[in-house]
Amino acid sequence: MATSAVPAVHDRAARPRSLSGSSRHDQLFRAILTACALAIPVLIVMLLIVLVRGADPAIRKFGLHFIVDSTWDPIAGKFGAFPLIVGTLLTSLLALVIAVPLSLGVAIYLTEFAPEMVRKPIAMTIELLAAIPSVVYGLWGVFVLMPILRTAVFPLLRSVLGFLPFFQGVIYGPSVLAASVILAIMIMPFIMSVSREVLLAVPNSQREAALALGATRWEAVRTAIVPYARSGILGAIILGLGRALGETMAVTMLIGNRHEIVASLFAPGYTMAAVIANEFAEAQDRMHFAAMTYVALVLFLVTVIINAAARLLIWRVSRGAGSGGKEL
Amino acid sequence: MVGLMIGAVIVAVLPLIFILGSLIVRGAGSLSVAFFTRMPVPAGETGGGVLHAIVGTLIIVGIAALMGVPIGMGAGLHAAEYPGSKISWTARFVADVMNGTPSIVVGVFAYTLVVAPQKHYSAFAGSLALAVLMVPMIMRSTEELIKLVPNSLREAALALGYARWRTSLSIVLRTALPGIVTGSLLAIARVAGETAPLLLTALGNQYFSVDINGPMETLPHVVYKYATGPYEEWHQFAWAAALVLILVVLVLSIAARIATRQKFGGARG
Amino acid sequence: METSTLTAMYGKFAAVKAVTLQFPANQVHALIGPSGCGKSTFLRSLNRMHEMSIGGWVTGRVLLDGEDVYGPGVSVIQLRRRVGMVFQRPTPFPTKSIYDNVAAGLMLEGKLPRAELDEIVERSLRRAALWDEVKDRLKGSAIALSGGQQQRLCLARTIAPEPEVILLDEPTASLDPQGTQRIEELVFELKKDFTIIIVTHNMQQAARTSDTTTFFYLGTMVEHGPTKQIFTTPQNEQTEAYITGRFG
Ligand SMILES: Nc1ncnc2c1ncn2[C@@H]1O[C@H](COP(=O)(O)OP(=O)(O)OP(=O)(O)O)[C@@H](O)[C@H]1O
Ligand SMILES: [Mg+2]
Repeated sequence: MATSAVPAVHDRAARPRSLSGSSRHDQLFRAILTACALAIPVLIVMLLIVLVRGADPAIRKFGLHFIVDSTWDPIAGKFGAFPLIVGTLLTSLLALVIAVPLSLGVAIYLTEFAPEMVRKPIAMTIELLAAIPSVVYGLWGVFVLMPILRTAVFPLLRSVLGFLPFFQGVIYGPSVLAASVILAIMIMPFIMSVSREVLLAVPNSQREAALALGATRWEAVRTAIVPYARSGILGAIILGLGRALGETMAVTMLIGNRHEIVASLFAPGYTMAAVIANEFAEAQDRMHFAAMTYVALVLFLVTVIINAAARLLIWRVSRGAGSGGKEL
Repeated sequence: MVGLMIGAVIVAVLPLIFILGSLIVRGAGSLSVAFFTRMPVPAGETGGGVLHAIVGTLIIVGIAALMGVPIGMGAGLHAAEYPGSKISWTARFVADVMNGTPSIVVGVFAYTLVVAPQKHYSAFAGSLALAVLMVPMIMRSTEELIKLVPNSLREAALALGYARWRTSLSIVLRTALPGIVTGSLLAIARVAGETAPLLLTALGNQYFSVDINGPMETLPHVVYKYATGPYEEWHQFAWAAALVLILVVLVLSIAARIATRQKFGGARG
Repeated sequence: METSTLTAMYGKFAAVKAVTLQFPANQVHALIGPSGCGKSTFLRSLNRMHEMSIGGWVTGRVLLDGEDVYGPGVSVIQLRRRVGMVFQRPTPFPTKSIYDNVAAGLMLEGKLPRAELDEIVERSLRRAALWDEVKDRLKGSAIALSGGQQQRLCLARTIAPEPEVILLDEPTASLDPQGTQRIEELVFELKKDFTIIIVTHNMQQAARTSDTTTFFYLGTMVEHGPTKQIFTTPQNEQTEAYITGRFG
């Protein structure tokens, strides 16, 4: 054997034979990593502090009344965010109404029905939609989507559903509905990919049990898989809502930016994010800044609550899947 | 039912094709070498380019990455190496929450912290905002990728007499590095397209500038500015700039995804 | 190397209970016993890898050259350089070349002159009987090797820094018969220079390669003695039942 030809070398003796030594480097290393990890919670606290301090003059002057007041008059120094809040909620909820059925349909199809070979490509194509910058959606929305909506879709809606107050009145291009449609397109890939992950985390035993009981695949989806993933899917939808609430550029470009509340969805509106994007750079007055920072603070708190709730829901599902073996 | 779902897939994929199609049809015509090497021309004239915005985007995103990537990676490494610790749990949860924080809010934050005291717009404030957006994304992708490194590798290094820090860096992190790099590229691509926080920080600049303490032009801002302007030639210009922006973003994201899959296809399966 | 009343715990569960054993130098010591009896845990207590497991802690003593490896001020790093370990599954570092894998442990001691490094790498690969197979692709990827080659590479990596003790935890469990045979031959060769402690489920392997054999059962050391004696005239019924294949 080759080894027997090699002389054994004992240079061990040359080395110090003690076992002592310290772990100072390890402690330093851990301290650095801990500092990085702590930076994240510190950042969110700083965000909160900076926003509260910036909004302070407006908080003192308007208090919680800010949320239900409708005047927005920089010259008179009177501010109320009610139309912004309504506009934000309205566009986001409408976007959910459009996006949720589509995203769930796609997610269920991709995890349960689609042929193996098309799953990845379709999922990846849709996820690419999520990579498109908001401002490009805005550009496309203004010059391509909006003309289609104005000349074809909105008139059709008005003639079919015109008996409802939401679909009456003059059709402008920029409108709450146009903003909602672009928002729907933007959050769809997001809801789709999160719910797909949740569905993929449903243990196979769940699927097989239903199928073994003689259910068709669709029945298995309806009775076993979706109920199991329910809270995770809800989490995905809430996450989508969070995205929609804070979406800025595309909405700014399509909503028309008017501080009004009108029943008609064809009319322009405003959102919290949009007002900040539009007016911040032009604002002169201290109270105007404070009012917009107040808006930012409200938006921040709302999205933090929404995201925290959604994450907890999703974590519950994925942890359930992690210990899923026990249920066998 | 399945028919309906296939319908949903088609409706979902349609916008991507439609958007890319519009970008190419409307933007490609205005693209030329000059578009990358020149400055814009006054309204009414055709031609000109976005050199200042390309350079500006590179600088602002580059500085943001210098700040955000190390912190994000460190936090991700912490979460993966000390998974049970309270700090890891908190950081992970807050990162997930922050991933959903509107970028405009982060813009207000950077404005209040940097722009307002200095009393002038600054590219650095833009970098700061983008870095804040980047950190949670990079942390989570780093953590996920490090978790894919088999524990046996960590033990082998420790058993060989590697210190923990050296094991973490030169074995664990090193093994996951290709994936982490691509994850970071995805995060960079994502913030490179951000416009809202830049409106409050870097603002934009008609002129060529590399002064990070002053206003600076960026590609997404060019798209916004020219799209919302009144002139037809400006709109042309916006489409061309958008095409450049989307190429940058898509090439980064696609490259990142493909690279991640290749490197870690085995480890996942 | 020796242990005295070594007890290894996972939280409140004692996986190894008060084991006192001596492992004289330059011999091969086999640890046998049914699955889950604590062999790996025992082995991992010797180079303090056990404390890396969640909830892992020990009482009792492990002596290396008379010094307690759990004593205050002991550096686990120094310890693990003197007590090397090879695992059940090959664990080459995937980002390093074959050469760098072997040199990995040496690099820790500071920078060596290139020529010396070359020499040690070659010598280690030769002793691991891998040199002839890889000498033309030292810069190639370590994970391109076969499982058996990877395991010998791990052995070369372990012996390169010249430890005193080598711990082998079922080193042939994931190998085919040829790979197994080569490792066994190596173990026999290497005992000239090292003290070797090997965990195995393979009775023939224990009988063929080792000088002493220890039988573990439910965390306790049941019987210890010269291999020949354990396999021909075991004192304990359980030992006999196990080695004759009646349980385990
Ligand atoms: N990380 C751990 N946490 C808690 N208990 C553990 C852990 N690892 C092992 N154990 C328990 O400790 C006992 C001894 O395990 P050990 O791995 O040492 O057995 P073994 O003799 O090496 O078995 P095998 O022959 O299967 O490798 C077992 O009962 C096992 O369940
Ligand atoms: Mg074992």
